[in-house]
Amino acid sequence: MRFLNLLAPVLTLASCVVVLAQSPTYGLGRTPSEQEILAWDIAVGPEGKELPAGSGTAKEGEALYARKCAACHGPTGTEGKAPRLVGRQTRTVGSYWPFATSIWDYINRAMPIYQEGSLSADEVYALTAFLLFKNAIIQESDAMDAESLPKIQMPNRNGYQPPPVSEWKPGMPRPFEILP
Amino acid sequence: MDTKKQNRRRFLKEGAALAGMAVGAIGSASAQTPGAEASPVPYRDRRAYGRRSRFVNSVRTNDDDATHAAFGRSFNVYTPLQDSIGIITPSSLHWVSAHGYEPPDIDPQEHRLMIHGMVDRPLIFTLEELKRLPFVSRIYYLECQANRPEYKGETVQQSHGKTACSEWTGVPLSLLLQEAGVQSGAGWIVSEGDEAGKMTKSIPMAKVMEDVLVAYGQNGEPVRPENGYPLRLVVPGFEAIYSMKWLRRIKVVDRPYLGYKEISRYTRDDSRSSWFQFEMGPKSVITFPSGGQRLPSRGYYQITGLAWSGGGAIRRVEVSTDGGRTWKDAELQGPALRLAHTRFNMAWKWNGEQTVLLSRCTDELGQVQPSLAEFARFWGATSEQFLSRSARGAGHSNSIQPWGVNRDGSVYNAIS
Ligand code: HEC
Repeated sequence: MRFLNLLAPVLTLASCVVVLAQSPTYGLGRTPSEQEILAWDIAVGPEGKELPAGSGTAKEGEALYARKCAACHGPTGTEGKAPRLVGRQTRTVGSYWPFATSIWDYINRAMPIYQEGSLSADEVYALTAFLLFKNAIIQESDAMDAESLPKIQMPNRNGYQPPPVSEWKPGMPRPFEILP
Repeated sequence: MDTKKQNRRRFLKEGAALAGMAVGAIGSASAQTPGAEASPVPYRDRRAYGRRSRFVNSVRTNDDDATHAAFGRSFNVYTPLQDSIGIITPSSLHWVSAHGYEPPDIDPQEHRLMIHGMVDRPLIFTLEELKRLPFVSRIYYLECQANRPEYKGETVQQSHGKTACSEWTGVPLSLLLQEAGVQSGAGWIVSEGDEAGKMTKSIPMAKVMEDVLVAYGQNGEPVRPENGYPLRLVVPGFEAIYSMKWLRRIKVVDRPYLGYKEISRYTRDDSRSSWFQFEMGPKSVITFPSGGQRLPSRGYYQITGLAWSGGGAIRRVEVSTDGGRTWKDAELQGPALRLAHTRFNMAWKWNGEQTVLLSRCTDELGQVQPSLAEFARFWGATSEQFLSRSARGAGHSNSIQPWGVNRDGSVYNAIS
């Protein structure tokens, strides 16, 4: 394990006060612990690799939503001063977003406003399930977890161009160049 | 240690000064002098940190966006380009769009940058460590992708004030990633900010390795809080939203991570929806004479403006003083740097007649700034639809800005 490998130099340096320096050329910076990385790493990609343990259903989400979200987004997600969360007429989580993992990621890091980062993993799964259910993408009893969430087919998944690979090159003209 | 005491002392001193000013203000209410600040700051209080003349009153203006303003969380301000001189924007006048978040109050001693993901050696740096690494200073503009000519822009501040140009100082991100050792298969990074909402943005690795900076300096001083203190990315030439402020984390990944500002906002919103738009096209605008200004009399003027392009350096700026019938090359004042504002100038003798002033630029790739009609046609819309926002097309308008000059010398936005 990498963790064990790291212990060796720590022990040999134990007499120095210096923290383990890892950057090979400059000897600056230190190696974060696995726990530190886990605690910081809240970015969830489309594959959902980083989704934590936990689960929730729309039923569970309903009460949470009423308590923590409805004041801004409206009782059914279509009223209120904050963006609509439900519906096909306008761009919403349900009609526009290509991956369900992004809903989890965004609620987890940024909602509710003023109490960002306060929700537990179970709560975020339940709220995500609730929004997916309200947008008629899953059933009310479907449990969302690290397994099921990345598999959800979002309605606009194919409304986008295929996933961009790293096609950007220095000096490349813009993809939608306009020459008079 | 002593800072508490110092703060207290400063507080007492300033309190006394304020009290004194209040008394003075009452005493001299009838003898007001013109200028931004009614009462000059005592001479000795200006030594520690310089101030501009009280006769200079150029300021940023607000443009609250409704969504965030509804929750008291809009911090959008525009740069007063009509007063710009040269190519550098004073940091205090740099435009800001904080996406509904209060600029965080970050203690640099506490701040850390973590680099992890598909790397051989995950690393955490303190600010002090980052400053020990080799650094560079580069002049780059940052422009919001929503910076676009519209009817509602009466002044160049309102129409184009979401661009600014600074000298940025910091460590190339490529150097930090070399230290961490990027693994094969990695093609993107996810950058993350430290504001309450912890915004993320994915950037292709080729760009990261080309010229992205992890900047702590702006125009010879630490980056200002609204602009990312103590640490931000500078991703030159790309929509400014890629230049993550309050940078706390870089995760090396194999694919774009599709965060909020990549799938809900800042997408290319037409039938050809795609996840990413990167470079902004070539754009120029005349800053004098511009909307809201007034020419005092006929005669000699120096037309001046700024040009910039996500495609690289500006090669040419043409100016028309007759509504587009004829064009003449303006002088590029220089330096004409890659991905920086470039100033252009042209001598003009105004004959007192009604006219329209235009500028259009060409960059090093040969990309030419389009007219509004050309730009709208690209989006399958009319100019009218495009300006009224009923047409699709998310930002990126780089169309030519017309300024009309009336016989009385008043200058107005002649977009139509
Ligand atoms: C204090 C008001 C407030 C509360 C409470 C709140 N939100 Fe929001 N929400 C907003 C605002 C404002 C935005 C738009 C943010 C932006 O555009 O930067 C937003 C955006 C969203 C979005 C993205 C919608 C889109 O398509 O743009 C989702 C999803 C969301 N909120 C879910 C939730 C959930 C779930 C809760 C409850 C846990 C919640 N919000 C609570 C104000 C709030």
